[in-house]
Order: sequence, then structure tokens, then C-alpha cells
Amino acid sequence: MRDVEPMAISSAVYRMALESSFNLPERVLDALRRAVDVEVGPARAVMETLVENARIAADRRIALCQDCGLVVVFAEIGRECHLAGDLYAAINDGIARAYADGYLRKSVLGDPLRRDSNTGHNTPAVVHVRITEGDAITLHVAPKGGGSENMSAVDMLVPAVGRQGVIDRVVKQVTFAGGKPCPPLVVGVAIGGTMDQAAVLSKWALMRELGDPSPDPETAELERDILRAVNATGVGPMGLGGKTTALAVHVEKYPCHIASLPLAINLQCHAARHAMATI
Amino acid sequence: MATQLHVPLDKDQLSPLRAGDSVEISGVVYTARDAAHGKLFELLDAGEPLPIDLAGGVIYYCGPAPTPPGSALGSAGPTTSYRMDSFAPRLYELGLGATIGKGDRGIGVREACRQFCCVYLVAVGGAGALLSERVVAAEVVAYPELGPEAIRRLEVERLPAIVAYDTVGNSVFPHDDPLQ
Repeated sequence: MRDVEPMAISSAVYRMALESSFNLPERVLDALRRAVDVEVGPARAVMETLVENARIAADRRIALCQDCGLVVVFAEIGRECHLAGDLYAAINDGIARAYADGYLRKSVLGDPLRRDSNTGHNTPAVVHVRITEGDAITLHVAPKGGGSENMSAVDMLVPAVGRQGVIDRVVKQVTFAGGKPCPPLVVGVAIGGTMDQAAVLSKWALMRELGDPSPDPETAELERDILRAVNATGVGPMGLGGKTTALAVHVEKYPCHIASLPLAINLQCHAARHAMATI
Repeated sequence: MATQLHVPLDKDQLSPLRAGDSVEISGVVYTARDAAHGKLFELLDAGEPLPIDLAGGVIYYCGPAPTPPGSALGSAGPTTSYRMDSFAPRLYELGLGATIGKGDRGIGVREACRQFCCVYLVAVGGAGALLSERVVAAEVVAYPELGPEAIRRLEVERLPAIVAYDTVGNSVFPHDDPLQ
């Protein structure tokens, strides 16, 4: 057994919340730069603006986007690791300090039905825990904007619609969403499980390094097919029309009931903020 | 080249604009989003005066990040506009010249833009750091208890945007149907 102090978790979350708010992952930045070259007109201007915005945010260490998100944390905890304190309190402590020190927007309502209930420190986070082998803790920190989360969906499909039905449903969602979730998107897709499992897996799909294909060849092929279909919609950067509606599609699968075909679609805006650290 | 717009906006400035045009806005704009609109409409329904000047005015759907030292305002990009669709037509009717946000909206907003000779503009969502550099002064003028959702009076210089809905019913969004 290895003891891990809460402060180690809090400090790691603090650093990641700040870094992810100021700096886009290199893969995301590269994808934005590539999109400049394939677009014309207003869509090209949008992509140029986004690349310039990323430079300004990194240089001045200010928030890339004023929506600094509700922080989603995936904590992969080795089963030979002993937590010497409260995991959730440690995560929330790191977030609260980062959002104060980094001049990041506090966007969390304590009571979803009360507009005057902002918690004031952007906590609590949404925390998903997974137990893994070994004695390490790996934390993924992803500030998730409201605009793209609002355009996400879970749909319990009829199994008969099959693979093509899944592609069509994702295309329908992305088209309906238009410019609202700030495309170009990263599309997290989960197929299978139960309603709740699919929703969480679709978020987990967004934790993958941008553009890394699924290790399963069939799923990787599905990712390519969905990406092609989504980009054929012509929604384009900020919905203004163009070739780049999504930068990547990440698909996760899970076994499911014979009667079910759960599909979760989690849309991520182009500010695909994500940081990872192992303690 | 971007068309320069100076607030207060009038018909001479707005009617030549067409969906897809680039513009830059200079002058005073007010931030307001979900919660602030709710409060403004409570005042309107009670027949009381508003804390902002609607005549030829501009509402920016934006809840900025806190202001770091040495800046006029923190990161300040647009939020998604459709959440304010139920409010926009009445504000246009009362004299508002433009709203700024992101994303397509219900057909009622486009019809209101045509009927009242107003525009809906989109700024680049997620470009909050860049857009904040066009803000030269900012102060909270109403509802400070709403935090990021308070109404702020911003003085902006050449805030870049694109005309999404023009005064004759056009839309920049490829999936919008033509108005009848």
C-alpha cells in the first residue's frame, strides 16, 4: 500500500485547472491551425481568430474562454493506493484555489433552480472514479463549457437501426446544434451500456488525446465514418458554413442489453481543455 | 474590410448590412445573459425604467471572467444566443439596435430583426481572450449579486463580429430556411 496525501491531489488539480484554462493541448492547437488552411471566407477568419486567441491566452495567462467550465475530473485510482483523506474535498480545494488565483469565471450554481446560488468558487466538480491496477493515481481534469454540454444528448435507439442508425443520429445532433456548441467540435460518442453508463463513457471519450483512434479497428473505422459524415454537414466553424465541423470523433463501446442500443453524444467545443497528471 | 459601426446604431448604419458581412463595433455595449434578462423583464412588466439605454443600443450576451490586474476586463467572448430568444424580439421592438452572441436562433428573432430594422451579430465563441482586448472600460451597472451574470457597461473599440441576421431577413447560417 502506498499512502497519498490529499494535498498532492489538491496541488495537481490546482495546476491542471490553471494550465488547461490558459493553454490548449498541442494536438488541439495543431488541428485548429490545419483547419485555417482548408477554410475560406468567414470560416477561415474564425479559425485564424481561434489560433490568435490561443496565443494571447497563453502569453498573458488569461482564460482562453470566459466560460471556464464546470470541472469534470476522472480519477483513476490504483487499488494498491491508500488515500489519506477525502478525495472529493481535495479535488474541490484545488479547483477553488485555481479559479480564485487564475481570475477564472465561477460558473457553478449550488441550486440549479436558483439563479442567485453561485457557489463562488466553481465547485463542486463532477468526479468520476475508476479503480485500476497498481498504486498510482491518474487525474484527468477537463473544464467543460456549458454551451457545448447543452447540445449533448443521450438517445435510447432501437437496436434495429444498427451502425448506420448511430451515424445518422450523431449527424442529426451536430446539425441541430449548428453553431451553438462552438464548432469545430470534438465529438465524444458512447454506444452501449445503460443510459447512465453511456453518458459517462461519452465524456470519457473526450479525455482521449485528440485524434488518437480507438484501439479496436472496427471502432476506429466507425470513428472515421462518423467524422466524415459530420464534416459533410457543412455546419463549419461557429456554424457559419465550412468543411471543419469536427476536429475528431472518439467512440467508446460497452456491452449492453439485447433490447437496447444506448447512444450518448457529448459535444466538446473547440476549446478542448484537458490536462492529465499521474501522482 | 469590416464595416465600422458606432453605437448608438441607427437605420442608416444597419440597413445596408447583409448577413455574412464583417463589422467592428465601437462605443457602449451592455452585457446581459439569462438571469439579467429575467430581471429586465420583471421591470418591463412592472412598467419601470430599465438600468440600460435601449435606444440604438447593443446587448452583448456575455458573462466575462474576472478582471486580472492591468486589464479592463477578463476573458469576454459570447455565450449561446438561443437561450435569450424569448426576450430579444421585445427588446428590438423597444429600440435595441443589435444583439451579439453566438449560434443560430429561433425564427422569431430573425423576423424581429426584419420587422424592427435591427441585426443579430455573432462574435467568435471561445475567443474570449482576444475579444477582451477590445474592451477599454467596464463597470457593473446592475445586479452585482449575479456575479458573472451582472449587467456591465462596456466601452469597446472595434469589437469584431459577423452579421448573422440582417434587416431584410437573411441568415448567415447554412441550415436556416429562408423567411417567408
